[in-house]
Amino acid sequence: MALMKPVRSVGIVGYGAYVPRYRLASAEIGELWTDGNAITPVKQKSVPGLDEDVATMSIEAARNALRRATGVAPDKLGAVWVGSESHPYAVKPTSTIVAEALGATPHTQAADWQFACKAGTEALQAAIGFVGSGMSDYALAIGMDAAQGRPGDALEYTAGAGGAAFLVGPAESAIAEFEGSVSYVTDTPDFWRRQHERFPEHSGRFTGEPAYFHHITSAARELLDQTGLHPADFRYAIFHQPNAKFPLKVGEDLGFTRAQIEPGLLVNEIGNTYAGSSMIGLTAVLDIAAPGDRILLVSFGSGAGSDAFSIRMKETVDHHGAPATRDYVRRSLMINYATYSRFKENYKLN
Amino acid sequence: MEVARFWRTTGQRYQLTGEVCPNCGNKIFPPRDVCPACEHEAKTPYTFSGKGEVYSYSTIHAAPEGFEKYVPYTVALVRLEEGPLITAQLTDVDTKDVKVGMPVEMVTRVLREDGERGMLVYGYKFRPVLAGPR
Ligand SMILES: [Zn+2]
Repeated sequence: MALMKPVRSVGIVGYGAYVPRYRLASAEIGELWTDGNAITPVKQKSVPGLDEDVATMSIEAARNALRRATGVAPDKLGAVWVGSESHPYAVKPTSTIVAEALGATPHTQAADWQFACKAGTEALQAAIGFVGSGMSDYALAIGMDAAQGRPGDALEYTAGAGGAAFLVGPAESAIAEFEGSVSYVTDTPDFWRRQHERFPEHSGRFTGEPAYFHHITSAARELLDQTGLHPADFRYAIFHQPNAKFPLKVGEDLGFTRAQIEPGLLVNEIGNTYAGSSMIGLTAVLDIAAPGDRILLVSFGSGAGSDAFSIRMKETVDHHGAPATRDYVRRSLMINYATYSRFKENYKLN
Repeated sequence: MEVARFWRTTGQRYQLTGEVCPNCGNKIFPPRDVCPACEHEAKTPYTFSGKGEVYSYSTIHAAPEGFEKYVPYTVALVRLEEGPLITAQLTDVDTKDVKVGMPVEMVTRVLREDGERGMLVYGYKFRPVLAGPR
């Protein structure tokens, strides 16, 4: 398949991250369920407070994106799109709540996107097309999750909260330009959650090789082939981060070095933020990238598929007081399992 | 909260939108369409920056219905940098760390939910300023 590139060149005009304040150490979970014998996939994960959900976290990330997008008034947004697998309502869009809080209503497109951990980059692909076709000058694509893992399950160690928002606009006013993207999807039964079920199911043997590794390497190789680029042409590479091992391993398989991957690798500190995972890796990199730097972004969503993007940094970022991604990562308060359980509302108060 | 009232007040709750007096420039929150300083009609919307400081506060241990899960929590009178004093819950802060004069910023959070089946009500709270301009 050919490289996807819009008629009009587009880029990232503004971006913003969000991570909640609370952290739960993997050791704390392992102590409870395995007498401390668990091999933990990350050091700790982020946990949302009692008054936080995908709508509130998206609002803060989007406000940060608008602060960095000098001169873009909220009513200029032609689309507000939120990709997540933990939308607060089963029926009622998250995106209208976010659009209202930003001041983008009523003349805007609003929609919620779903594709497991790829929901955010799915919205990003669509935003590139929406702006690139001239339907609108600006579209906001958000990837955000407050992930749930069944108590004691392997996913409980990594299911984190947070994500990022990207304001896509014309390349002339962008800080970074999209050079091209590809999508790669197949029907793979690696992970799912049925309607009305609280926790997801996963089929252990499908999660690694035929799911994560196959889709990411296929999408990344296709992008490299179509653009004629090589791993050495990129200053940074970000891969979906379900644990600390997979992104380093898949990067190595593709010919990328730790030095290219580590600046965008946050999973050890905040856990797997699902739809936000690769996208918040990108905001961490945009915080430090210099004009001319090229960035590879490859997401992965169970079910399954990957989106791969080549992004070229154009300008030095003007932050206008918006916190850096690492400011949110550093703002951390360790909690114990009892407090975590309370935040998950596992205690009946009346 | 009744659905109609919820819907009428989204602007002020989500974005901290009040009014500015065209006569004396006074910033007004919550919106009341008449300037409390000069009694001139004031219907021009004004969105506050969300920056302010704690003017006074009290810690709630026995919460009203719908807020029980948050105890203990702090309700503060916040002096917005544009002038008005508003009452709001503080968030992302331990009650023992709250101080008069503490710089705070507005965030949009879940205020309450109307039971398991009802509406989620979002609105402004304030938290310690996370990061200053770099
Ligand atoms: Zn007046």
